[in-house]
Amino acid sequence: MSLDKATVAHIAKLARIAVPEQDLPGLATELSGILKWIEQLDSVDTSKVEPLSSVVNATLRFREDNITDGGQRDAVLANAPVSAQGFFVVPKVVE
Amino acid sequence: MSAFTDLTLTAALEGLAKGDFTSVELTRAHVEAVEAARGLNAFVTETPDQALKMAAESDTRRKAGTVGLMEGVPLAIKDLFCTKGVLTTASSHILDGFKPPYESTVTANLWKAGAVMLGKTNLDEFAMGSSNETSYYGGVVNPWRKPGDNKNLVPGGSSGGSATAVAARLAIAATGTDTGGSIRQPAAFTGTVGLKPTYGRCSRFGIVAFASSLDQAGPMTRTIDDAAVMMRVMAGFDDKDSTSVDIAVPDYRADLAQSVKGLRIGIPKEYRVDGMPAEIDALWQQGMEWLKAAGAEVKDISLPHTQYALPAYYIVAPAEASSNLARYDGVRFGLRVPADELADMYAQTRAAGFGAEVRRRILIGTYVLSAGYYDAYYVKAQKIRTLILNDFTKAFESVDAILTPTTPTAAFGLGDKVDDPVSMYLNDVLTVPVNMAGLPGLSVPAGLSKEGLPLGLQVIGKPFDESTVLRVGKAIEDAAALKQKPEAWWRAA
Amino acid sequence: MATLLHGATGEWEMVIGLEVHAQVTSKAKLFSGAATEFGAEPNTQVSFVDAGMPGMLPVINRVCVEQAVRTGLGLKAQINKVSVFDRKNYFYADLPAGYQISQYLQPIVGKGTIILDLAGGETREVGITRLHLEQDAGKSLHDQDPSSSFVDLNRAGVALMEIVSEPDMRTAEEAGAYLRKLRSILRYLGTCDGNMEQGSMRADVNVSVRKPGAPFGTRCEIKNVNSIRYVQQAIEYEARRQIDIIEDGGTIKQETRLYDARKGETRSMRSKEDAHDYRYFPDPDLLPLVVQDGLIKSIAESLPELPDEKKARLVRDYGIPLYDASVLILEKERADFFEAVAKGRDSKLSANWVTGELFAALNKTGRDVTDSPISAAKLGGLIDLISDNTISGRIAKDVFEIMLETGKDAGAIVEEKGLRQVTDTGAIEGVIDAVLAANADKLAEYRSGKDKLFGFFVGQVMKQSGGKANPALVNELLKKKLAG
Repeated sequence: MSLDKATVAHIAKLARIAVPEQDLPGLATELSGILKWIEQLDSVDTSKVEPLSSVVNATLRFREDNITDGGQRDAVLANAPVSAQGFFVVPKVVE
Repeated sequence: MSAFTDLTLTAALEGLAKGDFTSVELTRAHVEAVEAARGLNAFVTETPDQALKMAAESDTRRKAGTVGLMEGVPLAIKDLFCTKGVLTTASSHILDGFKPPYESTVTANLWKAGAVMLGKTNLDEFAMGSSNETSYYGGVVNPWRKPGDNKNLVPGGSSGGSATAVAARLAIAATGTDTGGSIRQPAAFTGTVGLKPTYGRCSRFGIVAFASSLDQAGPMTRTIDDAAVMMRVMAGFDDKDSTSVDIAVPDYRADLAQSVKGLRIGIPKEYRVDGMPAEIDALWQQGMEWLKAAGAEVKDISLPHTQYALPAYYIVAPAEASSNLARYDGVRFGLRVPADELADMYAQTRAAGFGAEVRRRILIGTYVLSAGYYDAYYVKAQKIRTLILNDFTKAFESVDAILTPTTPTAAFGLGDKVDDPVSMYLNDVLTVPVNMAGLPGLSVPAGLSKEGLPLGLQVIGKPFDESTVLRVGKAIEDAAALKQKPEAWWRAA
Repeated sequence: MATLLHGATGEWEMVIGLEVHAQVTSKAKLFSGAATEFGAEPNTQVSFVDAGMPGMLPVINRVCVEQAVRTGLGLKAQINKVSVFDRKNYFYADLPAGYQISQYLQPIVGKGTIILDLAGGETREVGITRLHLEQDAGKSLHDQDPSSSFVDLNRAGVALMEIVSEPDMRTAEEAGAYLRKLRSILRYLGTCDGNMEQGSMRADVNVSVRKPGAPFGTRCEIKNVNSIRYVQQAIEYEARRQIDIIEDGGTIKQETRLYDARKGETRSMRSKEDAHDYRYFPDPDLLPLVVQDGLIKSIAESLPELPDEKKARLVRDYGIPLYDASVLILEKERADFFEAVAKGRDSKLSANWVTGELFAALNKTGRDVTDSPISAAKLGGLIDLISDNTISGRIAKDVFEIMLETGKDAGAIVEEKGLRQVTDTGAIEGVIDAVLAANADKLAEYRSGKDKLFGFFVGQVMKQSGGKANPALVNELLKKKLAG
């Protein structure tokens, strides 16, 4: 699969990574190269194979319903670039 | 002083136990070595004060008769492990200034066993790389050089800083993490021992995630015995990690007493990859001979889907990474590039905060998970994983361990492969299948290339059978009897 | 019941499906040990897991799983013994990890059914498509500062059950009945408190319109409506909007909309304009969720009597009308109250008083039956006085009003105010005689054939007796006297 500029722009938007317009063609070529190399997998017949869910041969372990965490607002906010009045602060969001 | 830094972990423990020296003395020697080796760029953060404080506390404990399994041993910690109150960067700009208010389970286990932290080691950004050149903090230099050649070589990656720290005698041992070869490949490039345990053996809690279904922490040491001691401390069930497996941790060092006599060692023909240098093949043959001489039975096996592991890995790992790295958004920690609108703040922060390789993998991962491509890429890759796992399961019906080379080449020059992602990815062609199947894998130094650079052999074991893997590694270590170490050229410089 | 809307081109049918997000009743969050309690100070109920800090990992809460199974069983639904948690990837300020852990392809609960109780005791079945567990997001406050939004992660990671219905509803009333019934089932089960004001139950409403019998039209989703009344209003508005567009020659664009309760209208959501690509994939931090048969069995055995069973039992055991029963069972406490009142008493009379006077009084003051000013025992006392003819039904209403105000026993009020019913034949005859004497003209008209005047005389006698005369005796004696 060869990626065009528009597709790269779209996935960059999905991934929330700003990519300058002039970088799109180079990136498209690079990503296409990787995808082309990946496509050697097409030669493997996997029609009767189940996808692996986990290499751990076990099921989900349960935690008991106890309050064991929280009550640490300062630690939660300590690394925030901007916080105020106990909140994280971000640029205005319009719903 | 050089006597202190040349000590292996087990020798240091003996010396400390006998009272030949204190942890403070041992640690100070290493702190000085770290400072003298800044040219190698092995550390992102040095923590000398904390190291000496921890060493003093260790000496106090020892006097009081409380001695942990790694009491007083100074270690380097890959900067992917969160360490409470100490800058943790994953070698990424996007984690600028991040001081975790918590400790990873693996490092907590090490401190509980009495170990001392020298600092946080450099790595490929978010562990994405095979040469340590994607680090925001610059590449790490391999302490090994070709004799008579001043060209700097890469230490491999992503645990390049840890490998260099151990090889250059800056730390007695180090932690690494391995998603596709990130412990074993740099171990091979630096002439050190690196063990990637079975997936689920070491807790992933508090380790900055790259690809959750593949990541495992493991020890990087100078000897197999050291790896055995450290592995026992790092491993263990953790109820904070849902993928941690509740299974007893053996005394790996005690298990080393058993020889490899009677063990069946599989040689997978598919690991003889195109263009593999003759000297790698020769080393592999040598390894077989050594094991045979030690009483093991060597037999050919087939792992037919080996060649598909790497391309499948480059679907699974970027897919998981694209999701794992979504949390780096400038809101709760790390870098923020200010903008008037939230979406713009995200896009600018992530563009500035992630380096080229990380951005590339996030984009690939986003693409392979996106609507219309998920089945063709992600599901296909997970089916390939099933085939790879089945190959190994079948092989292990007739063998106890598998022997392969760790890498297709010795260490290469800084800058040699940065422009060609796929050729860089091919570094991991022999290590990736092990991660895809969740198995334990070890790289043990086995010889030197014609040019005088270290080469490693890889031992792959059954799930949770690190003991056998280490035993086979020990037999190779004993037979190879390597005495060479890198000359400390960086001290003069 | 009219189920069709009229437009310029004839009749239209609404097609409605609901996705309800119900907060699971649990002490701690779905994947962390932080508390779930409502109304705490911002960011005080946040673990590093909830804040999406590097290296943090989810571990599932047993009770949240059990609550989902319990709810599934309460909805008579299929429990999937193996289910899978997926990551739903999108960026938002109150979604710390950049993904929500949810269940996409393999939910914990499959198909089930809800029976709606409609006006007049009618019922209608609505299919449940699925129920899955997922994390709630945090909360963004937009009104604290002109240029920034404030983020509180207390809710982030709280367990939600997303309960998805089939597009089986055809009127706004049915949607309301669905939400009321679902809420009472959840409350009976104790799996969600159903408190819509606090956001522990929210509905996404899918609405489309079609000509009767035609295939489904294009739907719009109205997000996060937080009261049953608003759901109904939003549906009415949205259906009318769609009909107007189609009848004007336009087409409906599939989109996410917001209900503005103040303006009473729906509008397109700006932030959802981009078509989302959530890139679901199984969460590699978690393993498959397996629910053992033993657990399902033990939960099934511990299920309480549910609304539909209770309704059937009330009708069967108390002989009350289906409609009264369906009103009573909406809240378990109401049904319990009724049963306490009805025990050993006339059940129909009890049902009338509970669903009539009492509920009306409670509605007026906005109270629940649990804090009723008149206890079940006291209301029972009042009903006893009616049954043994101490007071008439009419007087009882006055006594009830006084009970509401004072909280006193019915018996005490009757004694105090002298409201005891007069059953003394002589006394009533005396009043009748006086009434007849004072209305000689009417008496003559009656006797000349104007039978309708009987009611007038009854009224006069009751009035003169201050309402206390036994109505049956009045009738009997008056008939005799009028006959002459």
